[in-house]
Amino acid sequence: MPVVRIPTVLRPHTGGAAKVEVAGSTVGEVLTALVADNPALEERLLEDGKVRGYVNVFVDDEDIRYLDGEATAVGEGAELSIMPAVAGGAR
Amino acid sequence: MRFGDITQAIGRTPLVRLPNLSPPGAELYLKLEGHNPTGSVKDRVAASLIREAERAGHLRPGRRVLEPTSGNTGIALAAICRVRGYPLTCVMPENTSDERKQTLTMFGAEIVLSPATEGSNGSVRVAREMAAADPEVFMPFQYGNTANALAHHETTAPEIIADLPDVAAFVGGLGTGGTVTGVGKRLKRWNPDVKVYAAEPEYGDLVYGLRNLDEGYVPEVLDLDVLDGRIKVDSLRALEATRRLVAEEGIFAGVSTGASLAVALRVADRLPEGARIVAMSPDGGWKYLSTGAYAPGDVKEIATAISGTLWA
Repeated sequence: MPVVRIPTVLRPHTGGAAKVEVAGSTVGEVLTALVADNPALEERLLEDGKVRGYVNVFVDDEDIRYLDGEATAVGEGAELSIMPAVAGGAR
Repeated sequence: MRFGDITQAIGRTPLVRLPNLSPPGAELYLKLEGHNPTGSVKDRVAASLIREAERAGHLRPGRRVLEPTSGNTGIALAAICRVRGYPLTCVMPENTSDERKQTLTMFGAEIVLSPATEGSNGSVRVAREMAAADPEVFMPFQYGNTANALAHHETTAPEIIADLPDVAAFVGGLGTGGTVTGVGKRLKRWNPDVKVYAAEPEYGDLVYGLRNLDEGYVPEVLDLDVLDGRIKVDSLRALEATRRLVAEEGIFAGVSTGASLAVALRVADRLPEGARIVAMSPDGGWKYLSTGAYAPGDVKEIATAISGTLWA
């Protein structure tokens, strides 16, 4: 099953888990299942079913924006990671 | 090469082929920005920030420049401000290394410390408050200043085109986004088939802990549309690539170079046979010796131990 890595700031919403196994064969399916299990994550990650603009989702280290977005295929052994936008400075 | 002052010696850095690290079917090159006067790519950025500010009338002799930075940008600004006669204040987290503080102090910069617990976000906050409170201060703010990407559009990219007209791909690190945005746009204007990839440093959990997803920050300078891929690189892989670079090519570079190199190796097989790939080397490795990144020992243990400070 694909594994989703949860950043520290979101772990309070996954019961402290840093890695969560979630079923799904696309990024969209995995994230939908993830927020179904952990409802508090939904508004932080998704907007109208799409990944929020400032949330970066990587499949095996590649940003899904440059793959097929939410339709990006996710293999059985894939690792998804959610990264808040980070850039050395902040507003 | 003869120059009228240090600011004129910025740029025209070597583009060096990597005969031993290039995978079959591709040719890797590194743009060695460590050859700039203060030792990093930020000399280009700092020169552009100051030049554009002077042009726009934001700077006049004696006016103070203020920037949140503990790194290369601070050192580069400090050198330029010396020559141009602007006092400089750098705001940085209080846990910045003594080496960095000493370097900036030596260059004549004044240092203001922000709370360690707020990380670099805190430095930005403090700098913004100081700039708002004092109209005599000018804050270039490289994350939101178009002069940042402009430096790469006007200097870095044309140098690459001149040295390697058939460049097929460019890889740069993601910090402010200035490099990939400026170089990427110019290279694509030269040849729309050029691919542009960003290496995203994967910070340690400690650093993430200091940041807030709700306030996730995408620097205004970064244009995500110019990219063809964004690939994250953790401390271990960056460090491994950095070590391979010095062991196999005799080039001692900073860890960001390793991150870009790792991405260049990863994307090489997506490009046409014989593709020439340019990866950015923002600086040399010397400045990071005190982080322990190059200490002898198990690279995995070292990467784990320093992942929180490596990219600072």
